[in-house]
Amino acid sequence: MTAVAQINALLRRIPVGAVYMICGMLPVWYLYLGLTGGLGPEPIKALEHELGELALNFLVAGLAVTPLRRFAGLNLLRFRRAIGLLCFYFLCCHLLVWLLLDLQILSEIWTDIVKRPYITVGMAAFLLLLPLAATSNDQSVRKLGPLRWRRLHRLVYPAALLGGLHYLLLAKGFRIEPLVYLGLIGVLIALRVPSLRSRMA
Amino acid sequence: TGLAIAGRQAQAETLEPNSWDEITSYNNFYEFGTDKDDPKKHAHQMTITPWSVRIDGMVDRPGDYPIEQIMAAMTIEDRIYRLRCVERWSMVVPWSGFELADLLAMAGVQAGAQYVAFETLLRPSEMPGTRYNVIEWPYVEGLRLDEAMHPLTIMATGLYGKPLPKQNGAPLRLVVPWKYGYKSIKSVVRITLTDRQPPTAWNKYSATEYGFYSNVNPNVDHPRWSQKYEQRVGGGLFARKVETLMFNGYEAEVAELYEGMDLVKNH
Repeated sequence: MTAVAQINALLRRIPVGAVYMICGMLPVWYLYLGLTGGLGPEPIKALEHELGELALNFLVAGLAVTPLRRFAGLNLLRFRRAIGLLCFYFLCCHLLVWLLLDLQILSEIWTDIVKRPYITVGMAAFLLLLPLAATSNDQSVRKLGPLRWRRLHRLVYPAALLGGLHYLLLAKGFRIEPLVYLGLIGVLIALRVPSLRSRMA
Repeated sequence: TGLAIAGRQAQAETLEPNSWDEITSYNNFYEFGTDKDDPKKHAHQMTITPWSVRIDGMVDRPGDYPIEQIMAAMTIEDRIYRLRCVERWSMVVPWSGFELADLLAMAGVQAGAQYVAFETLLRPSEMPGTRYNVIEWPYVEGLRLDEAMHPLTIMATGLYGKPLPKQNGAPLRLVVPWKYGYKSIKSVVRITLTDRQPPTAWNKYSATEYGFYSNVNPNVDHPRWSQKYEQRVGGGLFARKVETLMFNGYEAEVAELYEGMDLVKNH
């Protein structure tokens, strides 16, 4: 058995429920760290950033599922819905920390959304992902039909780009990490372009 | 004097300093990395003995001044100051140090000098953060001469009565309490008196975001965030934000320096 086949066999034995359980605990773990000094002397920003990065990581992971199967034979399809829903869950936590712990002053919310490009962009990404999270269930797939469902879920591409841009725009100074994220997201989306895909395969 | 006023104000508000741990583990010192805990992790690599400060430009006695010579000549005193970062967090820091004016007097400022330029050590072998240009190295800063001579402006050499930790800018750093933190340049190796406004690190990176003056001002937003409020470090996960004060609370002492100036244009 090849290495890929071995990994696939291993992956088949992992129950999807366990992925929800374990990854779902991550924000709770960070909250615990924040309450006990594990996130440094200023835990609000630290918690906000950890949750944002978690969401971005899962967004990239979700985008990687199809190319990994096509080009490496790695089958993560069973986990794709969990990856997407967990991403949205982390994003909600990120947003809640921003609203309740970071921003605090409610009159500032709208000013921030309109006046600060990185918040405008982040909020747009969240809104694009909202209908995807709402339709990530079997019933919605049946109701919409696979074609329309798939078309709707293409919204993940602009959302991912906006997510990467959000990170780039809030950085102070010239930073490598947001560029790596944006580059990775760009490549993962480019692999979906039919002409590029056939050239790669 | 300005000091007496500062003392009175500090007393009136009873500034409660942040803990040693908070002040030494939450730092912006990009030469050691961009995360807040990077300076504490990596600054130990910086050699600070021997250390000297080159004082040059429009001075009567230019030269390399060894830190020992400077320390022997200066009067060290304690100053409890607010520190407001442009990123909207703030601390209260019990510095010890001496007035910059005294150091400049030691070198003899010549008539005609109008600005003071500062430079941080740049030693890539000991500074992992300088491997790529987050901003242009070396870190440089500048003050108008009257700002530099102001009695609130100090060169800090200690913290809580102990020698300044490396992550806080050992062996000596500038502290200008009414300006955003990045003006208070760390680990200074050069001070130049000049008649021209010197380039400053963050202003070179983005002039619209970081002006030459960089006075703390709740009425002038940073283009990417409001500066009306700040988060005191150390209050935990549920700490409330507090309103940012004009000139970081030192308005009575420094407002006259900027009389008649457009503080939006000269942000």
